[in-house]
Amino acid sequence: MTKKRKRLFRTLEILGPVLFFCLPFFLEEVDRGPYILDLLSMVGLYALLSLSLNVILGHAGMFHMGHAAFFAMGAYTTANLNLTYGWSIMATLPVAALTSGLMALVVAWPVIHLRGDYLLIVTIGIVEIVKIALTNDIFGLTGGPNGLISIARPSIFGFGITRPQHFFYLIWVMVGLTMILFYWLENSRFGRALKYIKEDTVAAEGMGINTTAYKLMAFIIGAAWAGMAGTIFASKMRTISPESFSFGESVTMFTIVILGGSGNQKGVILGSFLVMGLPELFRNFEDMRLLAFGAALVAMMIFRPQGLCPPKPSRYRLPSPYDSKYPGGGHC
Amino acid sequence: MAHLVEQLIYGLTVGSIYALIALGYTMVYGVMKLINFAHGELFTLGAYFGFVFLVTLNWGGFFGPAIAIGLTVILVSGLVAMAGHLLERVAYRPLRHSDRLAAVVSALGASIFLQNVIMVVWGSRYRAFNASLLPTVVWQVGGQNIPLIRLFVFLVAVAVMLGLYLFINRTRLGLAIRAAAIDQGAAKLMGVDVSRVIAVVFIIGPALGGLAGLLVGIYYGQINFNMGQIYGLKAFTAAVIGGIGNIPGAMIGGLVLGLLETLGDAYISGAWKDAIAFVALILILVFRPTGILRERVAEKL
Amino acid sequence: MLILTLSSVTKTFGGLVAVAGVSLAAERGQIVGLIGPNGAGKTTVFNLITGSVKPDDGHIFFAGHALTGLRPHRIVSLGIARTFQTIRLFPKLTVLDNVLSGCHCRLSSGVVASLLRLPSQRQEEKLVLKRAMEELEFVGLAEAWTSQAGSLAYGDQRRLEIARALAAEPKLLMLDEPAGGMNEQETHNLMKLIGRIKDRDITVMLIEHDMGFVMQVCQKIMVMENGSLIAQGTPLEVQSDPRVVEAYLGQDED
Repeated sequence: MTKKRKRLFRTLEILGPVLFFCLPFFLEEVDRGPYILDLLSMVGLYALLSLSLNVILGHAGMFHMGHAAFFAMGAYTTANLNLTYGWSIMATLPVAALTSGLMALVVAWPVIHLRGDYLLIVTIGIVEIVKIALTNDIFGLTGGPNGLISIARPSIFGFGITRPQHFFYLIWVMVGLTMILFYWLENSRFGRALKYIKEDTVAAEGMGINTTAYKLMAFIIGAAWAGMAGTIFASKMRTISPESFSFGESVTMFTIVILGGSGNQKGVILGSFLVMGLPELFRNFEDMRLLAFGAALVAMMIFRPQGLCPPKPSRYRLPSPYDSKYPGGGHC
Repeated sequence: MAHLVEQLIYGLTVGSIYALIALGYTMVYGVMKLINFAHGELFTLGAYFGFVFLVTLNWGGFFGPAIAIGLTVILVSGLVAMAGHLLERVAYRPLRHSDRLAAVVSALGASIFLQNVIMVVWGSRYRAFNASLLPTVVWQVGGQNIPLIRLFVFLVAVAVMLGLYLFINRTRLGLAIRAAAIDQGAAKLMGVDVSRVIAVVFIIGPALGGLAGLLVGIYYGQINFNMGQIYGLKAFTAAVIGGIGNIPGAMIGGLVLGLLETLGDAYISGAWKDAIAFVALILILVFRPTGILRERVAEKL
Repeated sequence: MLILTLSSVTKTFGGLVAVAGVSLAAERGQIVGLIGPNGAGKTTVFNLITGSVKPDDGHIFFAGHALTGLRPHRIVSLGIARTFQTIRLFPKLTVLDNVLSGCHCRLSSGVVASLLRLPSQRQEEKLVLKRAMEELEFVGLAEAWTSQAGSLAYGDQRRLEIARALAAEPKLLMLDEPAGGMNEQETHNLMKLIGRIKDRDITVMLIEHDMGFVMQVCQKIMVMENGSLIAQGTPLEVQSDPRVVEAYLGQDED
């Protein structure tokens, strides 16, 4: 890439998100503005979910298809705390992260050592069990097939989040923060360990990495984030029911990560727009949406198995004196 | 406990359907070490093909029930076998030499694709089979009710499985399949045409799965575009129970799961019936991944 | 001073006895060779020591610790690092990333520190990059730090594997056929490298088929056949041992 084009990309990279964050101001005047904002919020929510799945599937390479279970855990935690104990939504956020993380610990512990395709099928089983549990009103906490209704809206420092643009900002700020934190995580001892595990688990263990513990931690972090997404989802929809957390939702998240480029955050964001946003443009083809996902997954594996934006090799800034002795590295 | 025998027969009926589907998973896994996620959808396809012949075209009215069912069984098996062959061609063959997990994702994609094709073609609501196809005879044996239809489904499934068992154990092609399942590389060296084995497996497996779909349609009287998901997952569980890759194991695993489920349904809780299979799946994978028959599954270090 | 002791260690796979009651010991600071015909159980002994295979019977001690039953990553952090018979780098990752994997067990930053990029974590990252580059310079691969590991020449991949193992700061380095597939020049350089590793007070244990290499590099040689230790001693002693000549050297000539 030439220097000029590189600069152009850098500018776009900064300008793009800035313009994106200004969108609500323009959209307020438009006819279908609230609808578009709502749609973008949904894209953001799925971006959040997929970023969290990316830690498990993209970075650690574990074929986890049950992310909807953790999403559900967060949503139902928030709904219960809010409806029964009157907690404010934002106060339930850390609790939702905690319960979902805890659930991941309990659920993943026994199955974490399973090989790729077995793990996939077990996690599908877990989602199904969770859905059955939700439908059967387990412990009287889930409201059965009808779910829970009239969950409160969130408020931050007394400012009520009610309008579509409020949710737009709430969700996309969370996406931005998540991207920063997960970027740091990716480029750290922890992130490297996951990368080694994804490449070759046996070799990673042989190099002194506690593979079980790291896989488990990746699961817990991903689940905790999905739980927080559940909190936002519950308060945005105000009604939650088992249908919102079906196998199909897991498939959607899985598709986003694989299609975008497992392990690459920008790829995941792109995937969220493609998978959640694009079908909305063709409303008449609603039925074709999942059909297209399926075909895309097959085609992707055959023609571009690494995804649209595959992760780039990691770059480091060497400390002196090595930086001047061995140039050729980049910034970190 | 009064209706224990009824429950057992019901369990065996459902179990024989699971077993038929499980055979497809286990044969493909045995030879290719791939979970064919789209197998459940081939099963659904069988149900809908049966729907076309028996309901849309009303063959029962033309030919009478016996001939209609016979013809449908043959045609459905053949058509689904063709679909399975096509699936292997398009979604799996190009990936035979790439990363195993790429094949898994492709299988998953094919599954989602097929399920939605079925939905687009036949719609998302339940479709009903005509109830009058088989006479609703119920025998009374020692105070227990034994409906004809249950015996019919069970006997058809058992007959087909017996045929498969003989094919696998008594023919050269069957021997080739067994050899390829044990060690593909060695089988190739010994002159087994592995590509042909894979093609055959992708014809037999889907044919059995499609037949199972048809039987479910006839037995329960209604079908739905996403029924393959749950049946597929349960049949896979059956295959794992019997030791994946093990053909007699899949048959036994199916029957065991069918019995477990009906007994759980009758004596524990109906609402949690579907969870029994998934809990069994997880427990077996965690504690006894080689299945109850202890088939040795080669694990690469 | 003994650094590693195996006492009557046995391992069977199915019905096959891979290692039958082997007892052996390695002296600190020595270069020890483990030789024997194919299938003698040498690599299994390596796998037993590094914990990727669990013994059926017997005990393994290393620098005052019982290794039996420990998982591989624990054994690495106690100070045993290894290379593999067939190169087992992370081929898609960079050379530097590969060496950093060896450093992992000497670092302490946890998830929270990484997620929040705490100052302590940043400090540690700086140090670890230094450490990794030191090892790359030690084996002579520092120039290639940004290359993809899988794209390196075969001999370089072997050296990278050694750098990765050294980054774990081992007291005992185990090399499984380090000269396998190397040309004469590369083998010669490898000998010098192993000598320099010894100078760092690291005990080296290696499996090798190249007899010239073993006799020249090792101070002590152990010979295995059919899962048992049949002889041990200095290169000269081993070479003149009739059992060894019969079991191994004789067989090699046909």
